Amino acid sequence: MGFLDTLFGRTKPVQPKLDDLFGLPSAAVQLEAATGFKPTGSGSVSFRAPEGKPFADIQREVLELLAMDDDKPGGGLPVEVTKDSYGYTWIVSNHMSDEMDALVTDLHAVNTELVDGGFGPQLLCTLVAFSDENHRRLSLVYLYKRGTFYPFAPLSGNNNRDNALELQVKNVLGDDLRIEQDLTRWFPVWGAPGL
Amino acid sequence: MAARTRYAPDRGLTVRMTATMFLLGLVFVAFVALIIGIMTAAHASAAAIILIALIFGGGSAYISLFYSDKIALAAAGARIVSPQDAPELHGIVDRLCALADMDKPRIAISPARMPNAFATGRNSKNSVLCVTDGLLYHSGLTQEELEGVLAHELSHVAHKDVQVMTYASLLAIVAGLLVRFAFYSELFGGGRRGGNNGNAALLIPLIMLASAVVYAISFLLIRLLSRYRELAADRSGALLTQNPSALINALTKVSQGMNRIPTQDLRTAEPLNAFYFAPAMKLNGGQSLSNVFSTHPSLKKRIEQLEKIQLELGKPGPDPRGLR
Repeated sequence: MGFLDTLFGRTKPVQPKLDDLFGLPSAAVQLEAATGFKPTGSGSVSFRAPEGKPFADIQREVLELLAMDDDKPGGGLPVEVTKDSYGYTWIVSNHMSDEMDALVTDLHAVNTELVDGGFGPQLLCTLVAFSDENHRRLSLVYLYKRGTFYPFAPLSGNNNRDNALELQVKNVLGDDLRIEQDLTRWFPVWGAPGL
Repeated sequence: MAARTRYAPDRGLTVRMTATMFLLGLVFVAFVALIIGIMTAAHASAAAIILIALIFGGGSAYISLFYSDKIALAAAGARIVSPQDAPELHGIVDRLCALADMDKPRIAISPARMPNAFATGRNSKNSVLCVTDGLLYHSGLTQEELEGVLAHELSHVAHKDVQVMTYASLLAIVAGLLVRFAFYSELFGGGRRGGNNGNAALLIPLIMLASAVVYAISFLLIRLLSRYRELAADRSGALLTQNPSALINALTKVSQGMNRIPTQDLRTAEPLNAFYFAPAMKLNGGQSLSNVFSTHPSLKKRIEQLEKIQLELGKPGPDPRGLR
């Protein structure tokens, strides 16, 4: 925040950075080689919808928005729209596990549509899910506002996360993705759809 | 920034806040000029008084800036809670911080039964967000309403309100100290001085009078500024959660809750008032006068502003074919 914003007590809406998402496919290859984690083919985009509308309306509008231009990439995407217990709307895209490029293209298209629709400042994160042979779960979470990724590995049971695995992933992917260096920003997304 | 944003900043609020700060600065400059004028005409004892007041005032401002979080936490009897202790609270704050792109403050819970929340600390790295047990368990707030309260407090952190208000209060602190020092020196030093300089006997009361006037004016201006900062935090908080009506509900519930609590509890909470979500003071009759002195805008004003934001959110977005 600038000096004047501080002085006047206002916050500028933060606009998202989207292009770093395209680093994900090569990172996924690197991740599989180093740790055995494979993409599940599922990814999701989370944002905050404005109040005053029933969720069904938001759902319909998001789907309409995404299906609006069939000639654009992202037109008529196969997505689900859900809402989590914290009041955020999630758009989940499902692909085959080897279609990482397509998944990322779709997620980017969803994000672009939301930004064009004026929801840029309300975007929370994009999440891509991975799992390994032991059914351990891992996701890479992209923070728009900072343009960084961080790993999130929930353990089954009561809100615990596998910090050792997360730090390992941080080291593995350090060259491929911009990893969030401030560990306090690695906020957990328990129960995120698509994870 | 090619901002595609759905809302313009509130120009009226910015103008009023600027005017308040300008007046505060003007009073400060006039005060300093007056003091310098007096000092050039004065002998050592008046100058020493002023110097001591400046040192004490600066010192107390420094302490309140650098230890505000610790002092406030101790005063509220609050303890820092980990994500394991309060997963839901942390979950809400995590998301709001990611949404607003700000550092996450430490989170504390105070055992007070009075429903309230405050944020303090000189910058976002050193800030603490504290909620009371009363807010979490006894106020009947829904999760959305709690989120509204937390977003309001996070906006205080983002706006660096502790810093702004400390700097703004510096003048009042110094002026207040000057009144007191001048009074004591009049009381104890009067006899000694009388013999050597006739002017000096007049100078000390003059400083006292000027300081008292400056103190009164700056006190009112600071309260005014504090009310504007509250409105600004309401606004930013509502825009962050996109949910002004939840904040309206929370304000109504918390204010009602505050009035039900016995006065004894409320008084112990008063020193922290400026940082609270809702003021811990009982509102009695004489509204118009009590408004001038209060740190928070009236409930009516806050709700009016939030209703305006509700309307704003209902307007179409920048993209005509987009959502709304």
